Amino acid sequence: MLHIDNLHVSVADKPIIKGLTLDLPAGEVHAIMGPNGAGKSTLSYTLAGRAGYEVTGGAATLDGEDLLAMDPAARAARGVFLSFQYPLEIPGVPALTFVRTALNAQRKARGEAEIGAPEFLKRARATAAALKMDFEMLRRGLNVGFSGGEKKRMEIFQMALLEPRLLILDETDSGLDIDALRIVSEGVNALRSEGRSMLVITHYQRLLDYIRPDRVHVLAAGRIVASGGPELALELEREGYDKYASAA
Amino acid sequence: MAADQDTVETVAALAGEKYAHGFVTDIEQEFSERGLNTDVIRFISAKKDEPQWLLDWRLAAYERWLALDEPDWARVHYPKIDYQDLYYYAAPKQKDGPQSLDDVDPELLATYAKLGIPLKEQAFLAGVQGSPRYAVDAVFDSVSVVTTFKAELAKAGVIFCPLSEAVRDYPELVRQYLGSVVPVSDNYFACLNSAVFSEGSFVYVPPGVRCPMELSTYFRINALNTGQFERTLIIADKGSYVSYLEGCTAPMRDENQLHAAVVELVALDDAEIKYSTVQNWYPGDAEGKGGIYNFVTKRADCRGVRSKVSWTQVETGSAITWKYPSCILRGEGSSGEFYSIAITNGRQQADTGTKMIHLGANTRSRIIAKGISAGHSSSTYRGLVSVHPKATGARNFTQCDSLLIGKTCAAHTVPYVEARNAHAQLEHEATTTRLSEEQLFYVMSRGLSQEEAVQLLVNGFVREVLQELPMEFAVEAQKLVAVSLEGSVG
Repeated sequence: MLHIDNLHVSVADKPIIKGLTLDLPAGEVHAIMGPNGAGKSTLSYTLAGRAGYEVTGGAATLDGEDLLAMDPAARAARGVFLSFQYPLEIPGVPALTFVRTALNAQRKARGEAEIGAPEFLKRARATAAALKMDFEMLRRGLNVGFSGGEKKRMEIFQMALLEPRLLILDETDSGLDIDALRIVSEGVNALRSEGRSMLVITHYQRLLDYIRPDRVHVLAAGRIVASGGPELALELEREGYDKYASAA
Repeated sequence: MAADQDTVETVAALAGEKYAHGFVTDIEQEFSERGLNTDVIRFISAKKDEPQWLLDWRLAAYERWLALDEPDWARVHYPKIDYQDLYYYAAPKQKDGPQSLDDVDPELLATYAKLGIPLKEQAFLAGVQGSPRYAVDAVFDSVSVVTTFKAELAKAGVIFCPLSEAVRDYPELVRQYLGSVVPVSDNYFACLNSAVFSEGSFVYVPPGVRCPMELSTYFRINALNTGQFERTLIIADKGSYVSYLEGCTAPMRDENQLHAAVVELVALDDAEIKYSTVQNWYPGDAEGKGGIYNFVTKRADCRGVRSKVSWTQVETGSAITWKYPSCILRGEGSSGEFYSIAITNGRQQADTGTKMIHLGANTRSRIIAKGISAGHSSSTYRGLVSVHPKATGARNFTQCDSLLIGKTCAAHTVPYVEARNAHAQLEHEATTTRLSEEQLFYVMSRGLSQEEAVQLLVNGFVREVLQELPMEFAVEAQKLVAVSLEGSVG
């Protein structure tokens, strides 16, 4: 599904990603682990198309299409979803309005019919119930005054309704207590399917107890320096990132 | 390139071109002689067939005006206006005042059709296909072209007509209230207006009557080098209710045009007036050439106990805006509200806000002002909340929020507060935020284009105020907000 080949990315002329290669097949969940400053967030922003993240070399394709040539909206319409480490607050725009606007913008871009309000509300109610979210919260300004955990839950809520094919979870576990982590993880696991791939970016192994990856990659100094099965995450938890810092 | 790295060129290219109402109506018009003197004032008064008292009133105002200086305290800059270089009266030539739509020049009808203003009553019968139904007074330069639904309103006892007609048909009412809220020499522009005002709307709602439909006046400036000096007077008698909306547009011209209006509202015991404005005068081009100077005095007198006046304004046009819709809270327990969206783009300058003057006990006021600046524009909120010694128990809540788009615009907040009664409660909140690149990216990453993302964020920012508009106009206003900011982010 996602192929990244020798990717180089600079931010403010400073090289951050330096030759990253990754292959994420359809239906698989891959974890990207690494120390602070390794380029984890840069990778997620680059894949989602944020301005200021300048690709200086290499390629990234989604089902053979050049991902890097598309603007963020086009990527979203093709199924890319980034769950933000720090979701933004959108005052005055209720979460329900926000997600429905986004969903219909994506559907329009794909040439599909818009989803009407009653049908959307039905789906939203079911999703909110599954994530144990207070439905009234969805009528307030998106993320305004929400706790860190509530914001993360709101990201999963959006993801569930937008039904993306490539899910990028950027430090989704940060700021979550154990109960919230379990609910969020269940939400993510419910979305696992054959046609859907996930890139789970995390500093700690903890999240991977809940979202079991097929593969684990270690990102250090802008490159994948090691790859392996789920056992690699446990090894990192025991031994830390020190040996990769020198390898990079 | 970061999205908020101001792309001056884009803003510049779009600022003027997006104005959809910039066409000129080609119609034969009659003018007063150029410039201002007592002869011109006599000419205007004669054109309107006015009684002697009103002519005397105008001439006295003119004398006072000559002694006044143009105010310079607002945060706006413009070249000195040559008041002798303007026309003070312009009217489409026609047979003695059209009384029905059939008499109106087809060119004028076409103009209003193009502007989307419904002048045909039959097209709006009894909620056909849920179409909006509201009465319109259409003012073209210095005269009213037509006023709709007059007969139906009369059945409810509501008077809705051009002010000049009210002077003729209801002289006692006009004489009693004209200038009673905004005195002749209140300020330079109001004084000028008192001398030369030519048209505006008059509304009287009798005691206990709830006006059966929205009333609106649509102001159109068309003639070149002509000032528009309309005057609106609305009286809500005891226990009555009226909702009134004004809209304004003008052609795109390279010359600046002066618009100096006066609006007076009087609310008696338990009466309520809701006054909404969607101001879309031509803002000038990207370099600041042309556009309307909008120097307007609007004031409400909440004279009666428990009376209520609510001002809602969406200000997107004009090269320069100088405007402070205010409430004098005289009646015990009266209340005033001010909801404002002021958008500036290109080289526009706006200095706008409100005054809430608490005279009576237990008076309440609420101010929600949202300023959005883009391009090279400047936006200032200027407000006064004043609590007088007798206003025990007065309460005010003020919230001023500014949103900056790009790095070459400016926003200022100048709140004045005077409390001369220890038992008053005043709250003031103010925020200034820049539309952040991160916020934009967040919205775009969910599938919205940059333009759609800006619209969504801006609509969220102004939502509280848009909700105050009558439903028929809220959607229009929302679109206008979007158009005004098109191309404001690179």
